[in-house]
Amino acid sequence: MGSQGGFYQSKEFLDLVKSIGEARSKAEEDRIVLNEIETLKRRISEPDIPKRKMKEYIIRLVYVEMLGHDASFGYIHAVKMTHDDSLLVKRTGYLAVTLFLNEDHDLIILIVNTIQKDLKSDNFLVVCAALNAVSKLINEETIPAVLPQVVELLAHPKEAVRKKAIMALHRFYQKSPSSVSHLVSNFRKRLCDNDPGVMGATLCPLFDLITRDVNSYKDLVISFVSILKQVVERRVPKAYDYHQMPAPFIQIKLLKILALLGSGDKQSSAKMYTVVGDIFRKCDSSSNIGNAILYECICCVSSIYPNPKLLESAADVISRFLKSDSHNLKYMGVDALGRLIKISPEIAEQHQLAVIDCLEDPDDTLKRKTFELLYKMTKSTNVEVIVDRMIDYMISINDNHYKTEIASRCVELAEQFAPSNRWFIQTMNKVFEHAGDLVNIKVAHNLMRLIAEGFGEDDDTADSQLRSSAVESYLCILGEPKLPSVFLQVICWVLGEYGTTDGKFSASYIIGKLCDVAEAYSNDETVKAYAVTALMKIHTFEIAAGRKVDMLPECQSLMEELLASHSTDLQQRAYELQAVIGLDAHAVACIMPSDASCEDIEVDKGLSFLNGYIQESIEKGAQPYIPESERSGMLNISNFRSQDHHEASSHGLRFEAYELPKPIVQSKIPPASLASTELVPVPEKMYPRESYQTTVPSVSSDAGPSELKLRLDGVQMKWGRPTFSPATSTSNSTISQKTVNGITQVDGASTANSRTRETYDSRKPQVEISPEKKKLAASLFGGSSKTEKRAATGHKISKSSSHMVEKSHVPKSSMEVASEKTPPVQQPLDLLDLGEPTVTSTVPSVDPFKQLEGLVDTTQVASAVNHGLTAAAKSPDIMALYSETPADGDLLSGVLNPSMTNMPGGTTTRQSMPRSKGPNPKDSLEKDALVRQMGVTPASQNPNLFKDLLG
Amino acid sequence: MGIRFILMVNKQGQTRLAQYYEWLTLEERRALEGEIVRKCLARTEQQCSFVEHRNYKIVYRRYASLFFLVGVDNDENELAILEFIHLLVETMDRHFGNVCELDIMFHLEKAHFMLEEMVMNGSVVETSKANILTPIQLMDKAS
Repeated sequence: MGSQGGFYQSKEFLDLVKSIGEARSKAEEDRIVLNEIETLKRRISEPDIPKRKMKEYIIRLVYVEMLGHDASFGYIHAVKMTHDDSLLVKRTGYLAVTLFLNEDHDLIILIVNTIQKDLKSDNFLVVCAALNAVSKLINEETIPAVLPQVVELLAHPKEAVRKKAIMALHRFYQKSPSSVSHLVSNFRKRLCDNDPGVMGATLCPLFDLITRDVNSYKDLVISFVSILKQVVERRVPKAYDYHQMPAPFIQIKLLKILALLGSGDKQSSAKMYTVVGDIFRKCDSSSNIGNAILYECICCVSSIYPNPKLLESAADVISRFLKSDSHNLKYMGVDALGRLIKISPEIAEQHQLAVIDCLEDPDDTLKRKTFELLYKMTKSTNVEVIVDRMIDYMISINDNHYKTEIASRCVELAEQFAPSNRWFIQTMNKVFEHAGDLVNIKVAHNLMRLIAEGFGEDDDTADSQLRSSAVESYLCILGEPKLPSVFLQVICWVLGEYGTTDGKFSASYIIGKLCDVAEAYSNDETVKAYAVTALMKIHTFEIAAGRKVDMLPECQSLMEELLASHSTDLQQRAYELQAVIGLDAHAVACIMPSDASCEDIEVDKGLSFLNGYIQESIEKGAQPYIPESERSGMLNISNFRSQDHHEASSHGLRFEAYELPKPIVQSKIPPASLASTELVPVPEKMYPRESYQTTVPSVSSDAGPSELKLRLDGVQMKWGRPTFSPATSTSNSTISQKTVNGITQVDGASTANSRTRETYDSRKPQVEISPEKKKLAASLFGGSSKTEKRAATGHKISKSSSHMVEKSHVPKSSMEVASEKTPPVQQPLDLLDLGEPTVTSTVPSVDPFKQLEGLVDTTQVASAVNHGLTAAAKSPDIMALYSETPADGDLLSGVLNPSMTNMPGGTTTRQSMPRSKGPNPKDSLEKDALVRQMGVTPASQNPNLFKDLLG
Repeated sequence: MGIRFILMVNKQGQTRLAQYYEWLTLEERRALEGEIVRKCLARTEQQCSFVEHRNYKIVYRRYASLFFLVGVDNDENELAILEFIHLLVETMDRHFGNVCELDIMFHLEKAHFMLEEMVMNGSVVETSKANILTPIQLMDKAS
């Protein structure tokens, strides 16, 4: 209907759209748009432009910006258009303004007045248009200008207005929570709105509020549950149905809210079990939207206090997702699995092969999701396999954003679960080598500290072995052409500190290597500085050991260069080196003691060693020192700067607006009195909220399961930031505990190794699954809860063999299911499941797009063609329609555009396509004809323009 | 915040509609659209309809020559967004009758009006087709 009604536009506009539509390249499009800008600049400021024409100009401006060019010259005209009397013109004006301007634009001030006027309009559509603008354009400062009116509109008789008013208020809350903190009770009230649309919209602000402060909304659990129940029981109007599912988007929103409210709260969770269970039972699992709801149920179930029955249902859904052929469902399944294993880690095991398939899938999205899952299920028994996989993947990708993320995950896992120092060093080397410039510098410092401190205080040989292996590996790596700066810094430091310690490498060899580094990375001053200091250490250690050192020629020339360096830091280091080399062994040993990087340096902050000197000076008549706090009004140069710094913040001009008079204080009383009615309890103020938040973690840790990931093996983080370690809040200083951890660690690792060996030996190759995959599965999932049990009982062999039996069983069953599933070909996205009777009756489940989707699968093409033919037989009249019109050919050419020409089974497929076109072919033919009249011909240029989106 | 932006882009990578729910400058939009479209166009039909890009997750769906791309936060239900796209297309189809790319081009403002009814502040607020289309039909009648 809209199409014929809407072609009022001028020929000029149609031509513009046509030329943009037919542009073959970005350059061509740019040329058209630049041309258009010139035209508009000329025309738009002409006097007395009729408003319909003006509306068109404004839409042309929208085009200009949408295609990436600046249209700011016309903004003011869009602003003016918001004053117009005609609703359509006004709304177009508002639309353009919201698209053009950000909320801090200077022109906004001109619109606020119009908005205020429009909010009072008698026409509810005008009010709606203004409210749309409010929620996009009003910033913190202008909120007070419209707030009273928006609040008034919350009680407007039209539900559309109430809905938009709620969302405007939501926007204010997002912008500046304090500006509406006295109004949050309105959200609670609107939850009980008679109109499901208003109620549904109200869930958005409530979700935000609850995210920030769960405890104030616990009383609403019952309401949310009962709303959800009513929705599930189809007590909302049919208009909200989507694909036979009652108000699915509202269901999802409610489940999200319940997940928040039930998290770590047994009582609240108990109230939700029934309704969530109902959804699990009733939900249609064959449609996308049904699966979307089921996924949300899983999220909810894994967030609230665990209920065995629901967890079982969730596990069932997950296994269905993972076994599905649709990548979308697999993705959701992997994500859901990642959520559920926090509560029941054992369910990962039955899906091991599916997970490995996802991991090896060429689809990057799926792969990443799977890595996320592996990250969540890492423990000391599988850390090696997982981190190795991650690193391989990290090396293979180019996307820096994700590279950084995965690198930091590798580091985190390595720090937390590393089975041995050697492995840790090697892992870090790989991470640094390939993503060194992306990881946090702290990681480098952690690594240096680990090498310096070692991990077992009693075990010096292990420490020195660790150091030697680090030195060796670094000397090896230095051969690589281009290394990240951060990594080079670590290498230089370690070589300087420990390069000659074990006597394996001569001083001159290390010195030569360091000089090479300084030379090869001569642009990097930090690396050079590290190298020079390392050189100094090597030289001094040699001197202190009583060996004579001759300065190598390359070192000599490096020093000469640095002595004249523009960097004062490098210069100073070079001069220091020169000076130190000249000293005798004793002095040198004092300046640069060997292996002393871990020694604490005592800093005498009071400078007490100067007391004698001060006494002497005072006796000579010097002014005594007056502490800063006792000085007043004295201009003290040395202090001046720091003081200045302080002052700037306190005494400078204040640019921020004066605080708004907050009605909180007054309004706090009325809600308080209302609180007894319990419909509108008082919103919490800031400080109690904070205290709630601090209590929340302790509650959740009581709840236990959510923390499981960290607890699994009682593994503490051995390296890295101490904040991460769950149980070592006191262990920072206690050495003995560290040692204990270290030992259990090593033990765990060796048993794990022996275990994987066992599984490898006793394994009999299964029918279809490649042994590699199984091996991977075993090493990834093998550990799990069983490792712990074994450790407890000590029946190593029997346990692990029974474990094997189980494992060999699992793949078989999953294979069976897979083979069962193959005959029904994968069900592609249900493009045509329109949920409207007319559609389903005229078009049997086939459409051109769907066919294209299935083209890769030849068997499906055949069946699709059959369908198409039967469709054709059923509706000969449509065929006739098509054969009469010239549009037929064009549509065909549209279907046959370049990227699709590689279809197998050519002609038959093509023939069936136009027949299966949309619900009402007459409509589209009329449209084609109309467009032709307007001078837009569906040329071969861009035939797709005419193609029905819904097929 | 949920939905961060909604884009309609054709197979040649030309933008047909763009609505952002957070402010980006013209240059940022241009760059973002270019990167995302390149990523999505490179994917096959069998792969997931979701792509991670920087801090966004893109949920996309293709109808004939037109791609509908929705950028969402990380904790959004991807399948639901996928169905939201379909709901949008169905709604446009009901209004335009066999909606095609050209309808959206000629009636850019109407497509935007529909979105304004369906999404506010980055959240889906209305999913009843009747409620979405009534204001637009009333407006058509009035003018």
